[in-house]
Amino acid sequence: MSVYRRNAFRATAAGALALILASPWSAIAQSVLRLVPQADLKILDTVQTTNNITSNHGYMVYDTLFSLDGKLAAKPQMVESYSKSPDSLTWKFKLRPGLKFHDGQAVTAKDAVASILRFSKRIPAGVTMMQFAKEIVATGGDTFEIRLNKPFGLVLETLAGPENPLFVTREADAQLDPNTAMTTAIGSGPFMFVREEWVPGSKVVYKKNPDYKPRSEPADGFAGGKLAKVDRVEWLVIPDSNTAVQALIKGEVDIIEIPQTDLLPLVRKDPNITVKVIDRVGTQAIYRMNHLIPPFNNAKARQALLYATGDQRDYLSSMIGFAEYEKPCWAVFICGTPFETQAGVGDWAKGDKKANIEKAKALLKEAGYKGEKVVVLDPVETHLAHAQAVVTAQKLREIGMTVELAAIDWGTQSARRQIKDGPDKNPGAWNIFHTWGGGLAMNSPLSNTPTPSACDGKNWFGWPCDEELEKIRLEFPLAPPEKQKEIVERLQKRFYEVVPYIPAGQFFAPVAFRKNLSGILDTPRLVLWNIEKK
Amino acid sequence: MYVFLIRRVLAAIPVVVVVTIFVFALLHLAPGDPAAIIAGDLATAEDVAKIRAKLGLDQPLMIQFFTWAGQLLRGDLGNSIFSAHPVSQLIGQRLEPTLTLTVMTLFISILLAVPLGVIAAWRVGSWIDRGVMGFAVFGFSVPGFVIGYVLIWVFAIELDWLPVQGYTPLAKGFWPWLSNIILPSVTLALAYMALIARITRAAMLETLSQDYIRTAHAKGLATPHVLLRHALHNAAVPIVTVIGIGVALLIGGVVVTESVFAIPGLGRLTVDAILRRDYPVIQGIILVFSGAYVLVNLIVDMLYTVLDPRIRY
Repeated sequence: MSVYRRNAFRATAAGALALILASPWSAIAQSVLRLVPQADLKILDTVQTTNNITSNHGYMVYDTLFSLDGKLAAKPQMVESYSKSPDSLTWKFKLRPGLKFHDGQAVTAKDAVASILRFSKRIPAGVTMMQFAKEIVATGGDTFEIRLNKPFGLVLETLAGPENPLFVTREADAQLDPNTAMTTAIGSGPFMFVREEWVPGSKVVYKKNPDYKPRSEPADGFAGGKLAKVDRVEWLVIPDSNTAVQALIKGEVDIIEIPQTDLLPLVRKDPNITVKVIDRVGTQAIYRMNHLIPPFNNAKARQALLYATGDQRDYLSSMIGFAEYEKPCWAVFICGTPFETQAGVGDWAKGDKKANIEKAKALLKEAGYKGEKVVVLDPVETHLAHAQAVVTAQKLREIGMTVELAAIDWGTQSARRQIKDGPDKNPGAWNIFHTWGGGLAMNSPLSNTPTPSACDGKNWFGWPCDEELEKIRLEFPLAPPEKQKEIVERLQKRFYEVVPYIPAGQFFAPVAFRKNLSGILDTPRLVLWNIEKK
Repeated sequence: MYVFLIRRVLAAIPVVVVVTIFVFALLHLAPGDPAAIIAGDLATAEDVAKIRAKLGLDQPLMIQFFTWAGQLLRGDLGNSIFSAHPVSQLIGQRLEPTLTLTVMTLFISILLAVPLGVIAAWRVGSWIDRGVMGFAVFGFSVPGFVIGYVLIWVFAIELDWLPVQGYTPLAKGFWPWLSNIILPSVTLALAYMALIARITRAAMLETLSQDYIRTAHAKGLATPHVLLRHALHNAAVPIVTVIGIGVALLIGGVVVTESVFAIPGLGRLTVDAILRRDYPVIQGIILVFSGAYVLVNLIVDMLYTVLDPRIRY
């Protein structure tokens, strides 16, 4: 063997050995929490999009001015103290000392004000608050004020809203137009985003923020001390549900945020895994009609749908398939919350199928329905919407409607539901689409997106129009807390007369995690602070 | 030969241009709106319209095309509408897993399937032949995800030898890399082994019936020599063609296996981008795929001349 060959051989052998030794196990031990998230993180901007996964990312890297505790009460988070003037028109806030962004900059009142302003141009709760606001100004390095034109009873709830939370970003970031994507992720939250390890569609990495200053109170819901108890968090996108479950069983991942329900029996058999509902509020399945074109431009035809729907368990068992995670519920503003009411709920809810079908047919006749085709959008790759669409199609056929179940994907539904015209003008016309909304957004007339019914055609897809319903809805933010329930009752009564949408039931998605984890908080969204891994 | 190479490369340019125009048109004419997906389910039409305008998606199609084509001519594939990552970076992140999977799958397939096909042809009609053909039918018939699940259950869960899912780059260690890639490669290789074994057998059967093979036997040459030097060499053209097609398919079309094993390959990137209507990403990937197809075909054509001296360009 020549010297050259010998050296080459040695170099190759040394290289191979180095490759073998350079395994993850030789790295310095650190606690790593591995989560299979509900979806892939594609967008970092928590204002530009209302997607849940982006809000979950926000909870990792940003902090909020206020947060809801376990009893859904707004508690100060970044705010140290606050006060309200006697006329309720001026709210003064002071930030906690020592708050820092991940780039080392101190969090100031200007950051908070800019973040509120950006949020309020896009997120419905903020948009509503701004209708009452005269100005929002920084009055010092760590103090700011919200000055109102007229009293608005939901200031703290708006600042603490958990579905599309108001995260505080750097002033420079918050000055971006809300429709232009913020591509940075520099917050002041308990974890820091590791951009260089982000592989969209595969992996998102966060590391503990060593400079985070948690509140002294214990963690409670979204409120209290947000202590990061692991060094690193990895979101691993596993598109195949079965593989995700096998990875959990084997311990390659620690948590599945939303395990597929038909695989739960497999997960439950494993003594090392816990399956638990942490979201006590739940999610509302809904379907929405196009109110601009026949037949559902007629309130009688929409009422017929209430009778056609009748027993919500048909929807829930199709979507979920586990009775313990299903809750038939006709309370528009969510069962189990302070605004649960049976006002306006008619005899369709009794679930007498035969009577319901007869009543639905009679209502359709009154509406003048003559067998026109009803297009039900069916995004087949999105299980929750697809399962609902199939059930709706069958129920409509049972009441004598002609149904076209249009098989599409979610992306097409998102585009197609923007079409206002009827089939004579646009072949993409639609009559019904299905979706769902988090209970904490749906449980208030302020944040329940499908309820607004102003007749300006600018409300949510389907464009219901009823001035009376809208008038009652707008009483809500002006009312003192003790009057709110009464308003909700009137609102729901009117709701079931004009039927802006059909609630198809409430469900609760469990989280599955390995038993070596402790400290998972009971929150409507899975948050990853306070979790310890043994 | 060089003239042929240059001619083929030049001929590839209009192919790629046509593919580019076709894909752009198809994507933008198909229903779907990335702005609506970005805005989220609870956004209003007004929000969606504002985002669409910010992204320039409200511009006439021709303007959008020429903007993109202009970027392309400057070597810029653009950025993802969603993550704002450069498309070239997204593709770069996925290249290693995809190429690893392709090479390992072909390595296993060729290593096992060619000898099996040769032996089956040599022992045509015997139990070995029937066994190989039975295996080929099995390999074709059983869907990849079923094989994947079974392999996960046996080797990851029951035996605990290999991980269930994921991909570890080679730079992070040889064994972590290899352990992640074994099961998906075997899953994919089963179908390709079936294909290559059948083609090898068919090509070999035809070659083995030729007069020169009889002559080789009559000269007293050893059977392995006849099979490998005389028969396989001459039967190689269709086998190489099939392997070439396999390479092209593996680079872009193994979405199911990538999904089952959570491998972040180009196939999944493509499907994710299509579902979200992330136009720049889809266009960039298709461009890369069409380039890869052209390259693979070129290499296969070159190999023909090596394997069969009668072929000259």
